[in-house]
Amino acid sequence: MDSVLLETRNLHRYFGGLHAVNDVSIKVPQGAIKGVIGPNGAGKTTLFNLIAATIPPQDGEVIFRGKKITALKPHTVACMGIARTFQTTKLFGRMTVLENVMVGRHCRTRCGFIAGMLNLPRTWREDRETKEKALEILYDLGLKDHASETASNLPFGRQRLVEFARALAMEPALLLLDEPAAGLNIYETKELARLILWIRDRGVTCLVVEHDMSLVMTICDDVVVLDQGRKIAEGRPSAVQRNPEVIRIYLGCDDAQNSES
Amino acid sequence: MCPGGKKMNLPQVVQYCFAGITVGSIYAIVAIGFNIIYNTTGIINFAQGEFLIVGAMTAISLNHFVPLPVAILLAVVITTLLGGLIELVFIRRAQNASVLHLIVITIGISILMREAMLHIWDEKVRSLPYFTGTGVSTITIFGAHISPQVLWVLGVSAVIVMGLTPFFRFTLTGRAMRACADDRMAARLCGINDKWMVTLSFMLSAGIGALAGCVISPVTQTQYDMGAPLAIKGFTVAILGGLGNSMAAVVAGLLLGLVETFVMSQFDVAYKEAVSIVILLLILVFRPSGLFGKHEITAMRAV
Amino acid sequence: MTQFRRYIPVIAVIAAVVVLQVVLSATHATYYMTQITMSAYYALVVIGLCLLMGYAGQVSLGHAGFFAIGGYTTAVLTTLNLLPYRDTPLVKLCSSLGLIFQRQDIYGADILSFSPWVAFVAALLLAVIIAFLIGLPVIRLKGHYLAMATLGFGLIIYRIVLGGSIFGQADGISNIPPFMILDGLQVNGRVPYRVMNYYIAWSVVAAAMVLAINLVGSRIGRALRSIHENEEAAHSLGVDTYRYKLFIFVLSALFAAVGGVLLTHYNGSIGPSEVTVMKSVRYLVIVAVGGMANLWGALFMGIILNFLSLRGVFGSYDDAVFAIILIVIMLFAPQGLLRMPRLPALWHGLQAREDTAKPVPSEVEGMAVPQKQSGGSNG
Repeated sequence: MDSVLLETRNLHRYFGGLHAVNDVSIKVPQGAIKGVIGPNGAGKTTLFNLIAATIPPQDGEVIFRGKKITALKPHTVACMGIARTFQTTKLFGRMTVLENVMVGRHCRTRCGFIAGMLNLPRTWREDRETKEKALEILYDLGLKDHASETASNLPFGRQRLVEFARALAMEPALLLLDEPAAGLNIYETKELARLILWIRDRGVTCLVVEHDMSLVMTICDDVVVLDQGRKIAEGRPSAVQRNPEVIRIYLGCDDAQNSES
Repeated sequence: MCPGGKKMNLPQVVQYCFAGITVGSIYAIVAIGFNIIYNTTGIINFAQGEFLIVGAMTAISLNHFVPLPVAILLAVVITTLLGGLIELVFIRRAQNASVLHLIVITIGISILMREAMLHIWDEKVRSLPYFTGTGVSTITIFGAHISPQVLWVLGVSAVIVMGLTPFFRFTLTGRAMRACADDRMAARLCGINDKWMVTLSFMLSAGIGALAGCVISPVTQTQYDMGAPLAIKGFTVAILGGLGNSMAAVVAGLLLGLVETFVMSQFDVAYKEAVSIVILLLILVFRPSGLFGKHEITAMRAV
Repeated sequence: MTQFRRYIPVIAVIAAVVVLQVVLSATHATYYMTQITMSAYYALVVIGLCLLMGYAGQVSLGHAGFFAIGGYTTAVLTTLNLLPYRDTPLVKLCSSLGLIFQRQDIYGADILSFSPWVAFVAALLLAVIIAFLIGLPVIRLKGHYLAMATLGFGLIIYRIVLGGSIFGQADGISNIPPFMILDGLQVNGRVPYRVMNYYIAWSVVAAAMVLAINLVGSRIGRALRSIHENEEAAHSLGVDTYRYKLFIFVLSALFAAVGGVLLTHYNGSIGPSEVTVMKSVRYLVIVAVGGMANLWGALFMGIILNFLSLRGVFGSYDDAVFAIILIVIMLFAPQGLLRMPRLPALWHGLQAREDTAKPVPSEVEGMAVPQKQSGGSNG
């Protein structure tokens, strides 16, 4: 439980003149729920994109389970055990909820093009297993009744859940949650907290970007604070909450130099 | 023509150079037309080449009734309005369509325009009369005999390019169009009527296309189906220079024109057509951002 | 087994095909079969293109080029007369391997040429290799770059076949021998073989549909659909988007080449008119129109539109008709365009059309959710 699952070392990422991620080094221990907070434009989503290999860093390393994953492709990193959800829900709108989650099983299944085209018997077993596993997850998340519905027809909160289910279907070791509480009301946020804790109990380590402080305080063991690309604080939520630097960046400075993201 | 190298003397080289930059400047104008629309909307307008032909054909018909300069002016105005009309009818309506859909729509538009031209003007080859002089008058430069029309082409092209640069840089409208290209939502929030900017971009592209079509007509003749090959070459030039970069398009256009002409001089005429396509494929494969591309390669990646 | 429910439409189509044949034969209207057979071969191109557009979300403006690679390769190889080279070692080797054989051309003279099977394999290999080479660098980029590259590719093929004397230039190649599949079974356009070829063509189409349906319903098919819906999300779930898109591109080229080979043997000839940009655009239009019910829609639209076109129903406005259809579809049904059927919808063919008419909700439960446009825009 004390081994480091994910580590970033001196990550740097520029977009033209903007230094979006500036020398960020964090460690995520196995089994932890770690929060990443900071004002808008602090570089949180960019950090996620760097970890998930959606974009490459200009400098620095990302190390997962002791292996350097910096130069890899997103799909490779995904199959190694890193799953993510997105700030804006990226469901496969015209596919059913069940199919969405089944795609999540992609990493754990193998039948290829030829087997698929020829409808070989081994695909039958694999597809059946995929479907069963997907249904299991839907059941766990209370989405079983929506299984055959088109994903885009679901209410927003449920769509979020489907994205969760899809990510969980990957059986990941690390789950990156990008503002999971965005757009949720108080009750839904409470449910979300329970869900994340439940996910952690299943052995999935979580890294959570969030603005909702109540959620962060409730579930995170540990919090990292980013501001304008740099890490300015790290520690237990209660400690970080009292950090004067952190208070300053959140309550804002007098000059309206709030960087848009 | 014998394959392989052919020695040429200075007048011949000058001749080919002029031929090359003449046709090259037309390609450049087409490319600029592409870029204007691309910069404002992200669409690649396949019908770009048709504007040249419509402009020329209209001028040719009008020339039967009014003097040449008036005919050309009217033709440009009509084609400009046509460009705006096309945008209003087809492009604006396609609100939710992706960029790819819109590109495909422009393909349909180009086919329709071509078919319409076929039915209006049939497949006869026509041309505008030479602006100054006749088909046989020449000017001698470095021993080469150049038609004065060539100077018209170069002159008009230069005026277009030099007119557009300050337009986009200094006028409010021009900058508004550039704003739309950069960030449409932000432009809208600034009070820019982005929808009209799109219409304007089509109209502008149509107008300069028509002008180019008129000025090149005496040299290359005009036929209803010349639009598509022009569009492809113009597109090649646009990509060669870097999509969206109009100054580079000028250079790239002249380059393509020269290469084409010299290939034609050394090898079979049939290979002339192949030049632009080969260059297109090479660029797409090896350097899609173009020779002077300003886009980061990742900006062009799908994911 | 529920697995095989997906094939029920195939059975239905085969039944319809048989019924049609019986009716046509009974009413002495078998000449319609010629155009239907030709349309069936064109439909192969359409099926492949449908997979490419509907699943990989890519547009190809040069698919007629792959059709031509198939057709011209087999045309050249089966009409090439190697008799003058009969004594060279290479020819002797091919002869002993059974690749070349002696036959009589239509003038009764002896001719030594490759067997259609050899040509068939060569044509498919060539198409696959070229598609691979084109796709390799270009598929990585945004969608319209592939559209451009395939357009350029189609144009190059056109120029090559128009200019190369080995390809017969403007006249193309004719007197192509029939394709002997087995004893007594041959791809041949002449009247006595009409009914046989009708069934051969539809068998090939049925086989292609089965493969396509299998692919769509499989793990890979799901992955492809996910790429089309939202490429970034698919990528984050472990789908190797690049490899899959490339595979579909090559597969669609393969389908087109098969259509090219078979139609060339059926017609006994091929010409540059098969490779024009307009032809490629037609295939695109058919897929766009039929896209509402996707694979099946593409197939039916392909048969119908091609049949009408071949019968000259559109007259001199042929091209214009396709252009208008294209624009209308793109403008008024872009959501219903390039769609793929959900697994249940495959079975409920036309009913899928009503389902897709539901607009994608942009505001859910009072909260304005910024719905990203579907993956068809590809970046």
